[in-house]
Amino acid sequence: MKRFIGFVKKEFYHIFRDRRSLFILFGMPIAQILLFGFAITNEINNVDIAVLDHSKDATTKEIIYKISASKYFSIKQMITHEADIASVFEKGQVKAVLNFENDFSKNLINDHKATIQIVTDATDPNTANTISNYVNAILQQYQLELNKGTTTPYQIVSQTRMVYNPELKSVYMFVPGVMTIILMLVSAMMTSISITKEKELGTMEILLVSPINPFQVIIGKVVPYIFLSVINAIVIVLLSIFIFHMPVQGSLFLLGLESVLFIVSALALGILISTISKTQQTAMMISLMGLMLPVILLSGFIFPISSMPVPLQIISNIIPAKWFIIIIKGIMLKGVGIQYIWKETLILLGMTVFFIALSVKKYKIRLE
Amino acid sequence: MDNDKVIQVEGLTKMFGDFTAVDAITFDVKKGEIFGFLGANGAGKTTAMKMLIGISIPTAGTANVAGFDVFKQAEDIKKNIGYMSQKFALYDDLTVKENITFFGGIYGLSRNVIKEKSDVLITELGLQKVANQLVASLPLGWKQKLSFSVALIHDPKIVFLDEPTGGVDPITRRQFWEMIYKAANEGTTVFVTTHYMDEAEYCDRVSIMVNGKIEALDTPKKLKKQFNAATMNDVFLKLARG
Ligand SMILES: Nc1ncnc2c1ncn2[C@@H]1O[C@H](COP(=O)(O)OP(=O)(O)OP(=O)(O)O)[C@@H](O)[C@H]1O
Ligand SMILES: [Mg+2]
Repeated sequence: MKRFIGFVKKEFYHIFRDRRSLFILFGMPIAQILLFGFAITNEINNVDIAVLDHSKDATTKEIIYKISASKYFSIKQMITHEADIASVFEKGQVKAVLNFENDFSKNLINDHKATIQIVTDATDPNTANTISNYVNAILQQYQLELNKGTTTPYQIVSQTRMVYNPELKSVYMFVPGVMTIILMLVSAMMTSISITKEKELGTMEILLVSPINPFQVIIGKVVPYIFLSVINAIVIVLLSIFIFHMPVQGSLFLLGLESVLFIVSALALGILISTISKTQQTAMMISLMGLMLPVILLSGFIFPISSMPVPLQIISNIIPAKWFIIIIKGIMLKGVGIQYIWKETLILLGMTVFFIALSVKKYKIRLE
Repeated sequence: MDNDKVIQVEGLTKMFGDFTAVDAITFDVKKGEIFGFLGANGAGKTTAMKMLIGISIPTAGTANVAGFDVFKQAEDIKKNIGYMSQKFALYDDLTVKENITFFGGIYGLSRNVIKEKSDVLITELGLQKVANQLVASLPLGWKQKLSFSVALIHDPKIVFLDEPTGGVDPITRRQFWEMIYKAANEGTTVFVTTHYMDEAEYCDRVSIMVNGKIEALDTPKKLKKQFNAATMNDVFLKLARG
């Protein structure tokens, strides 16, 4: 134990005496939150939506047909009660619900005005915005056709309503993504670099010649990063709460546990990377190309998974970050408990165990 | 086992694929001896040493170090040896004191012992003024001496030095050898590789390795006689030319 403390202490000296790692540790989270806080517009494609049709008349049928005929949407579900709206969102089955008022056709004919409500899932404000823009475009188109040759124009009014996050601050949706990136960066990249550094400098050899167990060496190297990752996660959550006034809906305890699970999976990946790279440069490149890029591009952080080409959607499943983002979005923004995210948690747990097993095996081989 | 022999090696071989880096070497090292392990670049010295210190598994042969088998008891070997690698391998971003404390710690020394040793060591090496400076700021010679002292911090039975004086100026090399003598006088067995033939003269016995094989092994005096040479350098040249 005393040996171990010495080890951890030494690791902290390395970290605090290196400007680069200090920057990654403390500059990055803030820089990223600010950077990604700006909205980024996305394309959408084949987004699953639900329809709540109170009228079920010719006009609503035609509008529904037009919407489902567009390549942007696919109607996944017809629901019948207002109350179902919340539940389809909670289950994450659809990204939006179209809600037609009662007597839609009648209102349109009598009053020349009918109303449709576009309810979007505000946990993903960019997608939500894009969805309502696209629906509106389709409605406009329909309205134009309807008004051909008429003197008093018919008007279809759409109202957009966001659920979960009525205020719509886009930074909310980036917080889970930024947190994922930072944890990945600190846990996987920094550990792989710091282990490879010892290999490169030859100090790893000295450690292996000492009576200290090789696994202790690795644990001693990763513990500081677990610690720092947790601190980072806390800083990010605090920043979001106090600077962006993000409401964290769910249990902080669950959030903490899930974060530790993700951190451990990332550490295992970091160890894995260190077993296959000889130099810090290589470790960094592999971490960036093999971990950071997929996290940024394929995890659903920036580009909605539903609008990716199918092969990429399939690939996105093997990225731990995707599951972690689903989990923490659920906890932070929707306030769901474990009963809604146990599947994702189990997948993440399975991946973590797999990565640990693989890195232990690889590490053993490396010791020949 | 002969108690007098702290290293016994027989037919030790290491192959990397088809390439035989160490080719069936056989030798003993006696307790308290300074054993010079000579050879040109790529002769296989480092590879052989790594097998003896338990971080590389031999392809064939047997080796016993400090009374333990390299195949089965590598962990016991590790407790009884010190090692200074060919590459300088202390932490540049730690101070002199922090390095000593860290390495003392991983060898399981208590805080008091570490403190005591650290004071003695710093005084002996004349590093008082730089004790709290980062190792990166020290000249290479000082680093090497510090590295040697750190390898000895847990009073190992045998210390393995892989080209400890590589790239160091002649004066520091002399001082370094004085440290080696001192350690040997205190009963530590020293297993040292070197490129410098003048250093071979300081060893009790030397072996000369060529292409993975030990081609000669004896005291410097006897080797010079055997090869009818004036210096170890001539012995080496004669062997190298075949
Ligand atoms: N892991 C390895 N895989 C393949 N070949 C290796 C490996 N390690 C060493 N070699 C080869 O084995 C040979 C002996 O290398 P070694 O490092 O033991 O030589 P050396 O006598 O210590 O040389 P030097 O004086 O340069 O330190 C060299 O040809 C080297 O290229
Ligand atoms: Mg060598």
